[in-house]
Amino acid sequence: MGLKIVVLAKQVPDTQHVGKDAMKEDGTVNRAALPAIFNPEDKNALEQALRLKDRYEGTTVQVLTMGPARAAEIIREALYRGADGGAVLSGREFAGSDTLATSYAISCGIKNFGDFDMVLCGRQAIDGDTAQVGPQVAEKLGLPQVTYAEEIVAVESGQVTVKRRVERGVELVKAPLPAVITVNGSAAECRSRNAKRVMRFKRALVPSEAQAQAPAYPELYQKDEALNIKEWGVKDIETDVNMLGLKGSPTKVKEIQSVSFQAKESKRLTSSDEDIDGLMKELIGNNIIG
Amino acid sequence: MANYYTDNEALRFQLNHPLMDKIVKLKENDFADKDKYDYAPQDFRDAMDNYDRVLDVVGEIAGDVLAENAEGVDQEGPHVENNRIRYASGTQKNHDMLTQAGVYGMSLPREYGGLNFSMVPYVMADEVISRADAGFGNIWGLQDCAETIWEFASDELKAQYLPLINKGYTCSMDLTEPDAGSDLQSVQLKATWSEADSCWLLNGVKRFITNGDAEIKLVLARSEEGTKDARGLSYFVCTNPKDGSMKVRRIEDKLGIHGSPTAELVFTNVKAQLVGDRKLGLIKYVMSLMNGARLGVGAQSVGLSEAAYREALSYARDRRQFGKAIIEMPAVSEMVSLIKAKLDASRALLYETTRFVDFTKIYGDISRTRSLTKEERVEFKYYQKLADAFTPETKLFGSEFANQNAYDCIQVHGGSGFMRDYTCERLYRDARILTIYEGTSQLQTVAAIRHVMTGTYLSRIREYQEEAVDASLNGLKERLASMAAAYETAVNLVEERKNAQSDAEEGQAYLDLVARRLVEMAGVTIMGYLLILDATRAIKENGPDFMDSARVFINWAEAEVAKHSAFIQHLEPEELSSYRKE
Repeated sequence: MGLKIVVLAKQVPDTQHVGKDAMKEDGTVNRAALPAIFNPEDKNALEQALRLKDRYEGTTVQVLTMGPARAAEIIREALYRGADGGAVLSGREFAGSDTLATSYAISCGIKNFGDFDMVLCGRQAIDGDTAQVGPQVAEKLGLPQVTYAEEIVAVESGQVTVKRRVERGVELVKAPLPAVITVNGSAAECRSRNAKRVMRFKRALVPSEAQAQAPAYPELYQKDEALNIKEWGVKDIETDVNMLGLKGSPTKVKEIQSVSFQAKESKRLTSSDEDIDGLMKELIGNNIIG
Repeated sequence: MANYYTDNEALRFQLNHPLMDKIVKLKENDFADKDKYDYAPQDFRDAMDNYDRVLDVVGEIAGDVLAENAEGVDQEGPHVENNRIRYASGTQKNHDMLTQAGVYGMSLPREYGGLNFSMVPYVMADEVISRADAGFGNIWGLQDCAETIWEFASDELKAQYLPLINKGYTCSMDLTEPDAGSDLQSVQLKATWSEADSCWLLNGVKRFITNGDAEIKLVLARSEEGTKDARGLSYFVCTNPKDGSMKVRRIEDKLGIHGSPTAELVFTNVKAQLVGDRKLGLIKYVMSLMNGARLGVGAQSVGLSEAAYREALSYARDRRQFGKAIIEMPAVSEMVSLIKAKLDASRALLYETTRFVDFTKIYGDISRTRSLTKEERVEFKYYQKLADAFTPETKLFGSEFANQNAYDCIQVHGGSGFMRDYTCERLYRDARILTIYEGTSQLQTVAAIRHVMTGTYLSRIREYQEEAVDASLNGLKERLASMAAAYETAVNLVEERKNAQSDAEEGQAYLDLVARRLVEMAGVTIMGYLLILDATRAIKENGPDFMDSARVFINWAEAEVAKHSAFIQHLEPEELSSYRKE
């Protein structure tokens, strides 16, 4: 039983290792100062997909990302680990998308792969932390969704069994396929790059990369089809351009603040009911909880 | 998020040595595999890029996985359950990750699932892995057994065993026994031919076997009944029978390298096949395997020295006493500088040796498929001799420096270093075996002294002396020339005194007594030259700065040469009796 799996992955600035120059003076992220990495939870999702590939013969894993041509690096990283292929959704029409426009674009891109059984993605990306794209993709595709997945336990008779990590423990749920599953960071870590795959797929390119920098061994791209990463613009997918990019994004950024946490004063509380009651009231009053 | 390859610019510098051009072209047989395998390189640049990328993978696993697991592995260690070994859980994870990364079999030909890499990146991977967990370095290094199968076994055995390496089957070399440690010619484990099974049957006990429960085993056994010496020993290969015919009786409780299980094994009619020819087991095959393993210990040692240097440096920067960081105090910074200098020196020697070994192995491989041209034969012999001479120096100095560096690393930590809380105490324990296994330092001296007396080292030193160095290093070069002269004087003096003995045995005993000093004089002088040559190339290529290490090392080495000169000068053969204890 081979499954057709699409993994959604995002190239993000490495916000987990921020230096002093991570933010610009205007409060926006200084992308130049942060290395671009494979969004960590998307890597967990890729691992789940690759485990299904190991388990169910004939399974294929395609990776979809949206971004400039250099986001092809994400597809290469996935190829190094065992993915079969991938595509980059690229073009200025996609630029400035919020989560709504992004999920629309991605749902159009997924359909471009043809039939599929499962869409896997990380719970959220470390640059926006919204956790909205996965669920919105499911809505747009009209598919069931399982969020916070920690392990895909089994796939049988058209159903997937998923272990979810929820606030107070774990739960086991079943969903009919096709389904969209968002994977939690507590899931198994992604496997390493494989040496032979690295040596083969280091050459894999999207067409616009090949145009910008002539590849060293052009004849290989005819010989080894897998070295040609797909690059889809608006013309390549069935889509309504008004629902993409800034046009399709109702989210408006009003203000960005650079917040630095600082302990200005400290209070010493005892464990008496009176002190705890006072603290609770203060926290509720500040809208910190409640 | 640590990468033990990319965070150390000395590694890329060594990888990109000018000799690599020739090594890679020979190894890749002018890139003949490029149309057969989708991961084979197209040309030299492509091959070097592959080396770099795959080392990046190994470096990431070493930094993120092995280093993270090292403390747990040290505490948990392996266990014996039902006569089988169970690795520490971290060791198993390390192995699984490296298997999945497909980096085992790095130097094996592609037709057997290998990556067909030169020895340089293979040894470098060993260094990087050992920096994270020196014990795990053994499990990595034992894939050398596959080299022996590749070089000496029949095509059938190659086809049976070699493809397993890349799939993560581990190896062991089962040589030593309770009464055959350094003296391997006393091996007694019996091999008898069984017509019924049409294979050999192994019976006996092996002791101190690293990774003893490995899937692929190379066993040294006595195939010629009634013999007592090396000429009765043959080499056998078998898969771990897992049917109870080979039992792990116990594993040793060791001072260090807890990631590497050391087993006592009982063989009862274990079915095995002969590697190569009968009677050549110890004389030819084990000697070849041991040379590879010695290079491996050299890499393991350099990796451990790198870890010791980083621990010492980081602690000395953080620790404040008397109102300042202790690194600002000359007594401390001298120790840290010397650790760094010995590290750089032993690394320079390690990769110089590895390049010699690379040439030797590659020409050996070529000579099995076609006859070498006259020029190739000359070069083969030249590098073979150098590989033979430099391997024991690499093992000797790598391991001794690793111990000195781990010792000094604890000293830099002061009282804290004596506590189990700091990594340096594990490094200190792990380092201790390095001067012992795969031939003690004393046995490395036995292998190296021949090249002292026949002039291999001296002629290589003269070749180094011919090479131009950066003008700023001429002073150091002159001092090295004086050290070389002192070495030559000492060698001549010893030879004269040895030959003057009327009793040849007494002459030999005299040479044996001073041999270590002579071997060390040659070694430190060679490392001094390598450092000034590396420093020169680094200036040209804008590489890492070796100037300080060159100065610090030569200051130290010059004093060593003077010390040894004085010792040899004053120790006349008549004094031998003072060194005899019964």
